[in-house]
Amino acid sequence: MWEYSEIVKEHFLHPKNVGEMKDATCVGEVGSIACGDALKLFLKIEDGVIKDATFQTFGCASAIASSSALTELVKGKTVDEALKISNKDIATVLGGLPKEKMHCSVMGQEALEAAIKQWRGEDVASVEHSEGEIVCECFGVTDHQILEAVRENDLKTIEDVTYYTKAGGGCAKCHEKIAALIAQARGEAQPKAEDKPAKKLTNIQRMRMIEDVLEKEIRPRLQLDGGDIELADIDGVTVSVSLRGHCVGCPASQATVHGTVERILRDKVDPEITVREV
Amino acid sequence: MSQPVVYLDNNATTRVAPEVLEAMLPFFSERYGNPSSMHSFGGAVGKEMREARQQLADLLGCEIDEIIFTSCGTESDNTAIRSALAAQPEKRHIVTTRVEHPAVLSLCKFLERSQGYRVTYMGVDAEGRLDMKELEQSLTPDTAIISVMWANNETGVIFPIAEIARIAHSHGVMMHTDAVQAVGKVDINLRELDVDMLSLSGHKLHAPKGIGALFVRRKLPYRPFLIGGHQEHGRRAGTENTTSIIALGAAAGIAREHLVDENTRVRALRDKLENALLAAVPESRLNGHKKDRLPNTANISFKYVEGEAILLLLDQLGIAASSGSACTSGSLEPSHVLRAMGVPFTYAHGSIRFSLSRYTTEEDVDYVVKNLPPIIETLRKISPYKRGEADPIDPRKPACGC
Repeated sequence: MWEYSEIVKEHFLHPKNVGEMKDATCVGEVGSIACGDALKLFLKIEDGVIKDATFQTFGCASAIASSSALTELVKGKTVDEALKISNKDIATVLGGLPKEKMHCSVMGQEALEAAIKQWRGEDVASVEHSEGEIVCECFGVTDHQILEAVRENDLKTIEDVTYYTKAGGGCAKCHEKIAALIAQARGEAQPKAEDKPAKKLTNIQRMRMIEDVLEKEIRPRLQLDGGDIELADIDGVTVSVSLRGHCVGCPASQATVHGTVERILRDKVDPEITVREV
Repeated sequence: MSQPVVYLDNNATTRVAPEVLEAMLPFFSERYGNPSSMHSFGGAVGKEMREARQQLADLLGCEIDEIIFTSCGTESDNTAIRSALAAQPEKRHIVTTRVEHPAVLSLCKFLERSQGYRVTYMGVDAEGRLDMKELEQSLTPDTAIISVMWANNETGVIFPIAEIARIAHSHGVMMHTDAVQAVGKVDINLRELDVDMLSLSGHKLHAPKGIGALFVRRKLPYRPFLIGGHQEHGRRAGTENTTSIIALGAAAGIAREHLVDENTRVRALRDKLENALLAAVPESRLNGHKKDRLPNTANISFKYVEGEAILLLLDQLGIAASSGSACTSGSLEPSHVLRAMGVPFTYAHGSIRFSLSRYTTEEDVDYVVKNLPPIIETLRKISPYKRGEADPIDPRKPACGC
């Protein structure tokens, strides 16, 4: 069960400003029924001031609460002031949201932006994320949205990005791209260059790293299956190991040696490594 | 958190029957002996444990030495599948379904990903049923085990276990069934049913959490999962959870007595609930085959609304149920079972599962029938989607890839 704040509960149980606004100046729509939540925000703008706001939301309690809070938040604000509202502001007036639910606040902020864009006559045809390239095909999330969410909320991990934007929450194919975007937004170097150590390892360095990776990453995995592994020898890039415990005679032992052990060592230490069982 | 007034989430867990609690309590206190001990203080507990084993064997229609007590259904499932693989190291293929409980599904995915096994995940039709032809075609000389649940936890749909076992054995393949949801709800007689292994869980049949069992047919090649002492004849090491084993025995005895009630009175209540809700709420639908189903489970979808919101409003009224919506699971996609059945997204996010038990009363059902339709009405007023409109928000938007 989610831990919702009392304010979230109140907005969910007694949402404010529900319904279609017939004489709305502009409408912002985000989400879709396939993705599990959608918000339609109606604004009435007079002389650059938001006089009224209503919403219709399909989604969970926090989506409904975020929409309700958003309408209260924007009423009386000028368009310029409203544009400064971030997803964080929405989450804050709600007394916080569970982090898995932060995308509800992002949805609110995006609907607001879409409505105001429509009012300004910008890009009305595709109010949604017209900028940028789709990164997550499952949920239709663009690189712009991800970069914005990372910057706005100081996100650090792919999981964070999924909580805030839903990107990466489906088939997971885009996880590498998301990692690169996080690095880009945070002003860090692209991760691909750093993941693998510089080419020329000395024999000693390589041996130490192999031992380390075996001990910290590979053995615990095998031990989960009741197996174990022992390092027999390292000769240049040839690593000799012997399998122990359940791995002995396990039909998957060849797959373990060449698949798991070799793959991890190649990935973490040196792409030249070959592993053999002795 | 106050106790729910109306508990309709019995496929998640059940209350411990008062008789069961009474039977188990002495083994927490004065009767704490270890059944393996040489003294009669411990030995007497062993004797009671044998009786519990007999009660469970009577419920399943098997012999007492075919039962191994475990810690839960998940352990039983893991033990069964890993045992089958370890006993037939030359065979590298597993057949299961897309709608299994994670106890089987995640294990199979793990074996596939990290140990190089080949796994066939059989699909289901729109009513959640398997295709026996697909099963037959998926079997190869390399197939080590077929693992198919007896009844689905989300929809209650029952699979033709006897036929699956027959097909398995005609191809020389071992057959395991996860019967966690079936035991106590459907008649099981393992003397006539040719499955090799069967998993069950105590807390789904009014015993406490933390106890399960695995049926392993005599003479079936078996490899233990936990290695250690001689308990369970060396097939599952570790000091027996005597208290919970006594409880599971008592629960099995009571389940056997209530089997008829479960299939008449409880079924009638379920049908009443289901029919009344489907009639009262427009654009609602039943998920799962109407007849081939557990007597206690109803999975109903309400179009244009989201399951978590429904559950929280039900919770306000003291009604406990569950949902296959994405938001309740913490993942972003709706239930893998409903997706495998091809339930449209307009319905999948708004699915609610009601699972009854022998403690469910007519008043409980009436209370839900009275209170749920207005909840759906309220949420539909908030929803931008309306009856007759397919998808008012741009349908060109990429759909979820799920």
